[in-house]
Amino acid sequence: MATAAIKELTHLQTLEAESLHIIREVAAEFERPGLLFSGGKDSIVMLRLAEKAFWPARIPFPVVHIDTGHNFPEVMAYRDKRVAELGVKLIVGSVQEAIDAGKLVEETGPRASRNRLQTPVLLETIEKAQFDAVFGGARRDEEKARAKERVYSFRDEFGQWDPKNQRPELWDLYNGRHRRGEHIRVFPLSNWTELDIWQYILEDEIEIPSIYFAHERNVFQRDGMWMAETPLMEMLPNEHPAPRLVRYRTVGDMTCTAAVDSDARSVEQVIAEIAATRLTERGASRADDKFSEAAMEDRKREGYF
Amino acid sequence: MELLRFATVGSVDDGKSTLIGRLLYDSKSIMQDTWDAIEHTSEVRGEEYVNLALITDGLRAEREQGITIDVAYRYFATPKRKFIIADTPGHVQYTRNMVTGASTAHLALILIDARQGVVEQSRRHAFISSLLGIPHLVVCVNKMDLVDFAQDRFEAVRDDFASFAEKLDATDITYIPISALNGDNVVDRSEAMPWYQGPALLEHLEQVEVAAAEDLEDGRFPVQYVIRPMRSEYHDYRGYAGTVAGGMLRAGDAVTVLPSGRSSRIEAIETFDGPVDVAVPPMSVTVRLADDVDVSRGNMIVASARQPIVADTVEAWICWMTDRTRLQPGMRLAIKHTTHTARALITRICSRLEINTLAEDIDADGLALNEIGRVELRTTEPLAFDSYRQNRHTGSFILIDEATNATVGAGMLLGALPETPPEGGTL
Repeated sequence: MATAAIKELTHLQTLEAESLHIIREVAAEFERPGLLFSGGKDSIVMLRLAEKAFWPARIPFPVVHIDTGHNFPEVMAYRDKRVAELGVKLIVGSVQEAIDAGKLVEETGPRASRNRLQTPVLLETIEKAQFDAVFGGARRDEEKARAKERVYSFRDEFGQWDPKNQRPELWDLYNGRHRRGEHIRVFPLSNWTELDIWQYILEDEIEIPSIYFAHERNVFQRDGMWMAETPLMEMLPNEHPAPRLVRYRTVGDMTCTAAVDSDARSVEQVIAEIAATRLTERGASRADDKFSEAAMEDRKREGYF
Repeated sequence: MELLRFATVGSVDDGKSTLIGRLLYDSKSIMQDTWDAIEHTSEVRGEEYVNLALITDGLRAEREQGITIDVAYRYFATPKRKFIIADTPGHVQYTRNMVTGASTAHLALILIDARQGVVEQSRRHAFISSLLGIPHLVVCVNKMDLVDFAQDRFEAVRDDFASFAEKLDATDITYIPISALNGDNVVDRSEAMPWYQGPALLEHLEQVEVAAAEDLEDGRFPVQYVIRPMRSEYHDYRGYAGTVAGGMLRAGDAVTVLPSGRSSRIEAIETFDGPVDVAVPPMSVTVRLADDVDVSRGNMIVASARQPIVADTVEAWICWMTDRTRLQPGMRLAIKHTTHTARALITRICSRLEINTLAEDIDADGLALNEIGRVELRTTEPLAFDSYRQNRHTGSFILIDEATNATVGAGMLLGALPETPPEGGTL
């Protein structure tokens, strides 16, 4: 009988269904949700899932971008195009404006990064917009502290995560109750892996920014990783940029996201490449996680994504 | 490819984290940089071999204390299946985190130290797993290398567990002798135990049936969100979005909206990607009804021919999850059941379970942190539900302390109680 075949959902169907359930649950139970969008592949998939969750209605909450001012131009163009297509409101929290206003102090030197400066801007943006729930595209397979985090991650008035005191989270019954000033970070992609994201992009024919595919770029080597040449970054005397065929596996700030050697020019080729790789995406391309064994846990405690 | 969710449970030091490290390592799911990092940590600490438990113990406090405090989720795939592992803590004080990890599992993997045999925590976790309706149990008798791979030791532990398990509601139990540290019978069959004829653990995980966890008989659709586009092209569109909780829904089906009892037919089942012929659990879809009936979030659309129980006085197993208060008669809590939130009054503690013997203490006057008991409660609005045995989605609920907003109880519904005069006060 046909029913036997129908019963078995594929892993992507199961993951998609779980994410839609979470997104709708938040829209139904919170007054002011917002969806963090970086232009990275995970937030692109999350935005598509939000589109699906409410179709044919529009997404009933704004898209939020924490703009470090050090973004890849391709990613900014993609963001603006998607926002226009979906007819959603875009809220931008600007790190540059916070620096200009004297609220934050820029790091200096060749290893300067605005990564940590995003946290206060994120928290201020949440406070100003009075968000009580903020969707993030983090996945549990990315990093060991994230592997421990609930789908609904409770944050106190300072935006802090308390990993030793998380609410029990049973079945698909999420508890979003909170006091005024507190909020919940929600991670609908918790159970997706990097490979799942790519397979979904392929199956759903989702457009992604060009920097995810192999292209020639002037790069130099630092700490064993390929960093893009950019006026935003000071170079050390022994660093000499040269053209190289690369692509990005993750997309963050230009100053802390490294490219990887790749000749993958299509989604299929990217999937083949990831399936064969022996490095995690954060290990291969994120300078920000290498500070210490618990770098991510410490940043999350402070209120990071 | 299918997705299997499983939880690893057992006492502290039974080697759960090591076993997961072994599964990931031997199935080549650990990346080189992760491996380098834990190798480095092990070396700095002067450990003799690479400590596989470091792969899952992600929090600073866990690494320092060498224990698992909270559930860690891990992901791996073989050519046959994708797996989500919930690695749950063994310490008694973190039982609520174990329940979190196990509530969505298709399979529970119970580790038992071959030297220690079945201890209280193995019994507690086996019982909770069966109470949570996890369809498959796998008992891994671990550290077989430390008992010289002795068949009689394995059999003694197996028989001991089996006699306890007779009292459980578990139908499918598999026993496997392993050494997580050395990899015996984890991914590959062990040469050290030629007397064992069964599959290695991973082989078993690749074969076990996933669909057994869902009820495909009785149509259940809790309404999550009402979709009204407010756009000219979809002017009169009104759809009910939700996750299918039971049965196989089709356009044309006669349905009833609960609790109102109004009848209608399913006009269409839709998604962003197009209409769906048959919607089964756990698909997320939008249902449109043929008639203009009043439906809102918290209502349930059900198959008219096979309706659930609708009642406001119910009996349930409850696992209590806070040390701030005890669960006692007269207590008022918020209850979240499917997409419906109401308030509940605890009217009676029927029993508290004695984990070692599975005997019910009927004189108990309350439940403390991590205790489990049978409880009667009355709700401000009727619940439309099935027994948890029949349907994990419509038979489960959580209790929320309105003073702290914390999730303090996990409930599994047993059934409705006959109408009785109110006792223990009014809501």
